[in-house]
Order: sequence, then C-alpha cells, then structure tokens
Amino acid sequence: MVKILHKEHIVPNIHEFIVAAPDIAKKARAGQFVIVIPDKYAERIPITIADWDNEQGTISILFLEIGAGTQSLAALNTGDEIFSFTGPLGRSFEIKKYGTVGLVGGCYGIGAIYPLAKALKECGNKVVCYSEARSRFLLYWNEKLESVADEVRYSTTDGSLGSKGHSHDLLKENLESGEYYDMVFAVGCTYMMYKIAHTTKPYGINTIVSMNPVMIDGTGMCGACRLEVGGETKFACVDGPHFDGHKINWDIVLDRRKAYIEEEIISKERL
Amino acid sequence: MGKIIPNKNPMREQPPEERIKNFNEVPYGYSPEEAIAEAHRCLQCKKPLCVDGCPVEIDIPGFIGFIAEKKFKEGIVRLKEKNILPAICGRVCPQEEQCERECILGKKYEPVAIGRLERFLADWERENIEIEIPVLPKSTGKKVAVVGAGPAGITAAADLVRFGHTVEIFEALHEPGGVLVYGIPEFRLPKAIVFKEIDFLSKMGVRLHTDTVIGMIKSLDELLEEYDAIFLGTGAGLPWFMGIPGENLNRLYSANEYLTRANLMKAYLFPKYKTPIAKGKRVATVGGGNVAMDCARTALRLGAEESILIYRRAKEQMPARNEEIHHAEEEGVNFQLLTNPIAFHGENGWVKEAECIRMELGEPDDSGRRRPVPIDGSNIKIPVDIVIIAIGNSPNPLIPATTPDLEITRKETIVTDLQTGKTTKRGVFAGGDVATGAATVILAMGAGKTAAKGIHEYLTSGEW
Ligand SMILES: Cc1cc2nc3c(=O)[nH]c(=O)nc-3n(C[C@H](O)[C@H](O)[C@H](O)COP(=O)(O)OP(=O)(O)OC[C@H]3O[C@@H](n4cnc5c(N)ncnc54)[C@H](O)[C@@H]3O)c2cc1C
Ligand SMILES: Cc1cc2nc3c(=O)[nH]c(=O)nc-3n(C[C@H](O)[C@H](O)[C@H](O)COP(=O)(O)OP(=O)(O)OC[C@H]3O[C@@H](n4cnc5c(N)ncnc54)[C@H](O)[C@@H]3O)c2cc1C
Ligand code: SF4
Ligand code: SF4
Ligand code: FES
Repeated sequence: MVKILHKEHIVPNIHEFIVAAPDIAKKARAGQFVIVIPDKYAERIPITIADWDNEQGTISILFLEIGAGTQSLAALNTGDEIFSFTGPLGRSFEIKKYGTVGLVGGCYGIGAIYPLAKALKECGNKVVCYSEARSRFLLYWNEKLESVADEVRYSTTDGSLGSKGHSHDLLKENLESGEYYDMVFAVGCTYMMYKIAHTTKPYGINTIVSMNPVMIDGTGMCGACRLEVGGETKFACVDGPHFDGHKINWDIVLDRRKAYIEEEIISKERL
Repeated sequence: MGKIIPNKNPMREQPPEERIKNFNEVPYGYSPEEAIAEAHRCLQCKKPLCVDGCPVEIDIPGFIGFIAEKKFKEGIVRLKEKNILPAICGRVCPQEEQCERECILGKKYEPVAIGRLERFLADWERENIEIEIPVLPKSTGKKVAVVGAGPAGITAAADLVRFGHTVEIFEALHEPGGVLVYGIPEFRLPKAIVFKEIDFLSKMGVRLHTDTVIGMIKSLDELLEEYDAIFLGTGAGLPWFMGIPGENLNRLYSANEYLTRANLMKAYLFPKYKTPIAKGKRVATVGGGNVAMDCARTALRLGAEESILIYRRAKEQMPARNEEIHHAEEEGVNFQLLTNPIAFHGENGWVKEAECIRMELGEPDDSGRRRPVPIDGSNIKIPVDIVIIAIGNSPNPLIPATTPDLEITRKETIVTDLQTGKTTKRGVFAGGDVATGAATVILAMGAGKTAAKGIHEYLTSGEW
C-alpha cells in the first residue's frame, strides 16, 4: 500500500497523483512504469512514472480516466492508500548523447516525456518536444517541459494552440522542410505512436515507441503483453515497453487493443 | 491387525454436473470416521516403503497411527515436523507417483490413501484448534532475504526462522503463494487454505513484502548489503508458446494469463472483481499436464459448452495427476489425443480455428516416452473461440538478467547444488522450479528445506 500525498485533476479527464514510494523513487528511470491496483476488486493497471523525487521519496503518475480500472483509481483522494503499487517495472529509455532528439507526447505521454526530456538534455542533446491534445485546455505541464527542453511545439486538433492538427502532421511538415532528428521517441496512444513511426520511416530516423498493451503481472509471467517486433514475439513488460517503431507489427497491436471491449463496457456500466 | 481391506475408503465429492457450475472445491474430504477407517488399513510397516516415496520423508505410519487412535492433535504435530503445508500437499501432491506408489498395500490392492489422510489432519487442525506457534530459538542476529513466496520460499522461510534467523520474504505479486494462488484453481485448492498456511509464517515473525520485484527495485547485490544470505524461490513463470502461426490472435492465452486472470484476479467473480476473462463457447486447451487440466476445467466453469483438450501423445503419457485426468473426464472435457496444433486461424484478429494434425507414436525419445510423429495429410480444423496454450514454462529471467554473476543453464534454470541449494554466487541459494524447471509443490518444498539447511550451515560456519 502506498499513500496518496497529493491528487490533482490537471486537465479534464487526466489526474496526477504524487505518492509516497521512497524505494521506487530511488530506482526510477525515465520510461519505467508501475502497476497499480486501486482497490481490492480492481484490475492491475500499468502506469508510467512521470516524475520522481528521490529526496522527498515520492513519485508522480498521470493517468487518463477511461475504463473501470482508471475510474476506481480516480475515485481515490489525497490521504487515501492505494491497495497495491509495484515498480519500477520495464526497461528505461536509453539515455545517451544522440545529437538532436524529437520527443512526441500525447495524453499521458506528455507527462511521460518530461523525465526523458530532462535526462536527454542533461546528456547534452538538443531536445525538441512535440506536445499534442485536442484543444489548448487539454495540454498540461507546458512550463515543466519548456523548462527542460530546448523547444516545445504544440499541436491541437482545433488549432487553439500551436499548429492545427496532430503532432505527426507537424513533424512531417518539419521533416519535409529539411529538419533532421538523430532519434525520435513517441509516448501516448497507440494510434499516435503508429502515425509517428509511419512518418519518420521514409526519413530513416530511428524511432522508439513506448508500447502500452494490456498487461497483468508486469514481470514476464503471463504473456498478455506480447508483441511482434522484427518477426519475434516480445513481452512488453520485461523486454520493453520501448521498441523500434519501425519493427513493430502494428496490425497485431491494433487488433489486440480491442481484446476486451465487451467486458470493458459491462464493467463500466456497473460503476 | 485385522483383515486387509483392498480398496481405499472413497472420498465424497461434488457430482460432476453440479460442480462444473461453481468454483467450490470438488472433493469434500474425509469425516473423522472415514479417516479412522482408512487409517486402519495401514499395516504400520516396520520398514515403511511409503516414506521413501515422500520427497520430504514424512513419518507416514506415525501420523496415520495417531489417526487410527483418534489422536488427531498428536498426528498433526508429527505431520508438521516434516511438512508445514499439509493441507496443500494432501490436495495437490501426485501421490500415485510418490508415497502411495511405494505403499506395500499397493502391490496387490489399492494403497493407503495417504494424501487424503494428510489433508484430513490439516483440515481438522484448521477447523478445530488454535494453531500453535512453535517456540523459536534465540535469535542468531543473522538476516535472510527470501525472494518469491511460492512453496519453495515459504518452506525455506519457515525453517530459517526455526533456526533462529530473521527472515523477510519479497514477493513480486500482490498476494503471496506463488502458483498455489495464481495458478492452481479454487476448485482444487481453496485460497483461504493457502492464506491460512501463510499466516502461520507471519505469526512466527516472518515479514512479508508484497509488490516487490527483486531485480527491479533491488538487485541481489543490494540485498546482500542488508542481508547475510538470499534464497531464490522465484519459480518457473515464463510461459512458452508454440511458435506456430496465429499465436498472437485475440483470445489466445497462455495458461498463466488465463489462470492468473481467473484465480489471482478473481475474474470468475467478474464484474464484482473487475479483471475480465474471455468466456467462449468452444475453448481449446493445448497440453497434457496439471496446468492443462486446470485450464480445461476452468473453461467449463466459466460457461464453455465444449472444452477441448488437445494433446500430442496418448493418455497414458499425460503428465497430469491421474485424479485430475479423471476429474476432467467426468466433467466432460473432450480429449483430442495424439493431435497437435500446427496453426491458428483468425477472423479480424480473433481466433476462430485450431488447425491440427493427428499423430502416431514412434520410437522412444530422451524422456523414454514414445515420440509422437505427425501423420501426413491428417489435418483437421477445430472451430474454437478461445485457445489456451499450456505446454510449459521456463524460469523467470528477471533476476538472472540483472545478476550477471549468477550462472544459469541452457534451460534458463539457475545453476544450483542440489545438496546445499548453493548457486554460483556467494551468499545466494536457490530452489524449487527456478532451479529444476517446472516440477511439483512437494519438490519445491523439499528444495526449500534443503536450502534452509545449507543457509544455516553457511551462516554458522561462514564458509562458502
Ligand atoms: C507500460 C504502460 C504504461 C502506461 N502508462 C500510462 C500512463 O502513464 N497513464 C495512463 O493514463 N495510461 C497509461 N497506460 C495505459 C493504461 O494502463 C490503460 O489506460 C488502463 O489500463 C486502462 O484501464 P481501464 O480499466 O481504465 O480501462 P479499460 O476498461 O481496460 O479500457 C477502456 C478503453 O481503453 C482502452 N485501453 C485498454 N487498455 C489500454 C492501454 N493499456 N492503453 C491504452 N488504452 C487502453 C481499451 O481498448 C478501451 O477502449 C500505460 C500502459 C502501459 C502498458
Ligand atoms: C496451473 C498449475 C497447476 C499445478 N498443479 C500442481 C499439482 O497439482 N501438484 C503439484 O505438485 N504441482 C503442481 N503444479 C506445479 C507447482 O505448483 C510448482 O512446481 C510449484 O508451485 C513451484 O514452487 P516454487 O516455490 O518453486 O515457485 P512458484 O510457486 O512459481 O512461486 C514463485 C514466486 O516467486 C515470485 N517471484 C518471481 N520472480 C520474482 C522476483 N523477481 N521478485 C520477487 N518475487 C518473484 C512469483 O511471483 C511467485 O509468487 C502446478 C503448476 C501450475 C502452474
Ligand atoms: S507430502 Fe506428498 S508425497 Fe509426502 S506423504 Fe504427503 S502426499 Fe505423500
Ligand atoms: S507402506 Fe503403506 S501400509 Fe506400510 S506404513 Fe506406509 S502407508 Fe502404511
Ligand atoms: S504483463 Fe504479463 S508478461 Fe508482460
């Protein structure tokens, strides 16, 4: 059990928790995740570690309220205990000097690219972030990102901030006009990551995506999180969750996404 | 000693047509009268062969003798000298290959029902008396970290506290028990029993840390800074797939995923418990061991109209316990023997068909069993809407991957000296499925005991 020290509804539908988890804070690296069970009846939910403070012994998570699981999580408040909280899990991003890096974040991924931007910047990279949402009021952590990146570029579907459209549209434009990245990282919804990988491929830019398949244990024991990468089966929880976006078999990923649609509806109706 | 009674006293159980509609335990267990009657069948051999068949050498005639005299309390004490999890072993040990196979009565008649008697005593104790905490020796001041709360870790921890060491257990999942909790279904091993047995450990002062994945939150070297020795009982949890086309289709599960959803996450109580599990009309399970039987029987209870078991050899070669095969047959599992899947076909990403080929038995292979050989052109297509792959597991690679100086074999098991439990890394011991590959509860417990002795020796002598 870990205690929620601070809860904030940072934008509609996205919550931030700061929890007391000193051992995890000590070990956390950019790109790792935790598995959270909000209460005794809930599912095991994988969530990226968005920030941590080793001195305070805290870690931050950001999550989108979508189905039954994340709704139970959102029902908890400052001062409450989370039933189960396990981490850090998965491998971290590879932090080194690449040169110029592009980091793309959408929904919870905006939070997830923050520690990555920070670490890559500390290594001497030029860091350009792309942050996307449907509208200006759904973007968050703008100042935080701006404080660590060389540049943050926004795109919104309604054009209320930055360029109108998606980050892959903006990235494509920039690449077409001659910009180059030594490495691109994308974190967010599956479709966004798929589009980014698709966009960088013709330019031969290495692109790491942070896959978010259904998971249960997060320790390599169940195989629920399996993906096909370069023709081989990989378990996202222990071999990933970061993979070469150009080697992922996206057809399988997109099919596996819908594995529990019916049950998700039943479970949500009951709440 | 009176006349020999040739057959075991039967154990009452839920009728098959009832039990496939619930997750309650199938056999009810002996009543005291039935247990006493069964205990009287034992010849109280001077040289009891049965004991040789038990991996932890329980004094079988000893505890059975107490049952015959209705001294249940003395019986349970005798039993627990060697086995701290009798309620579990009495239920899941493959007795027909162990103690009961050696029982002298079995040469001509049915052996004494040793497992059932063991279960009886443990259940009697749990239901009737406050379980006594053994008096612990003075603390040695040494600390041991046990990684993994499966049967190997639990047993090692129990022995280590009784040697006077301070013991802490680290478990990756949110519940202790290992396979006993996430794998073996409720209808075969009620979880309340497992938790009660584990509760006994905490009463002896063992601290349990759940939600703690060693290798991630702490490396073995970091643990060694705080603890004088480590026992690794991390099991064999990495599921194998077949490596044939179509295995990433939706509704194709590893046995671990299917059983973990059903047992650990209680998906059979969905939607009260929120973890979903696919309910299909036609469920195919691939494999022939206990794990496969558990999946096929779970599928029935989740409402499958047809639960099909696909196994590439013949029934005689199935590794599952006889009792499980028998229960699966009674419940109507459709056995497709000498049959092997070669591909799974889907529609829009969902599995729809298992394409199989029929097999025949050829020459014996390394395991001494006749090798199944495909019969050319015998392909059949079985319509399915769920497939469960239960063909085996290898050890979880997380710890070896983060501990370069821990040697592993080609089968990914940790290199372990079976006499002492020592690994190739100073201060680190291992046992159970992680050292042997997937085996049995009682062998894992035996390994936990051996390692506890090894650790005790190391801690008292300081010599590696
Ligand atoms: C390594 C990893 C890191 C993640 N990090 C975060 C994070 O930091 N913040 C965050 O909000 N989410 C994150 N996710 C996704 C998060 O785990 C899911 O959103 C969550 O499990 C959904 O649970 P639910 O019960 O609320 O929704 P469900 O009822 O299970 O699903 C509702 C809807 O969401 C879709 N969905 C289901 N699972 C996922 C998934 N894993 N990812 C995306 N959509 C899904 C379903 O298809 C369905 O349409 C991460 C996932 C992984 C694997
Ligand atoms: C479905 C099924 C049915 C079975 N039926 C029978 C039966 O009827 N009879 C029988 O005798 N045997 C049966 N077995 C086999 C038996 O359960 C195992 O041989 C036995 O549980 C092995 O015990 P163990 O302690 O070595 O490992 P496990 O029981 O696997 O326990 C290992 C524990 O370690 C934890 N762990 C792993 N990695 C880490 C880490 N890095 N940090 C912290 N914790 C970690 C795991 O979460 C787990 O809890 C069955 C197995 C299965 C899967
Ligand atoms: S522990 Fe298993 S093998 Fe030993 S006596 Fe009990 S049932 Fe038999
Ligand atoms: S071998 Fe059979 S009859 Fe003899 S002591 Fe053991 S259980 Fe009793
Ligand atoms: S979540 Fe179970 S193996 Fe990855």
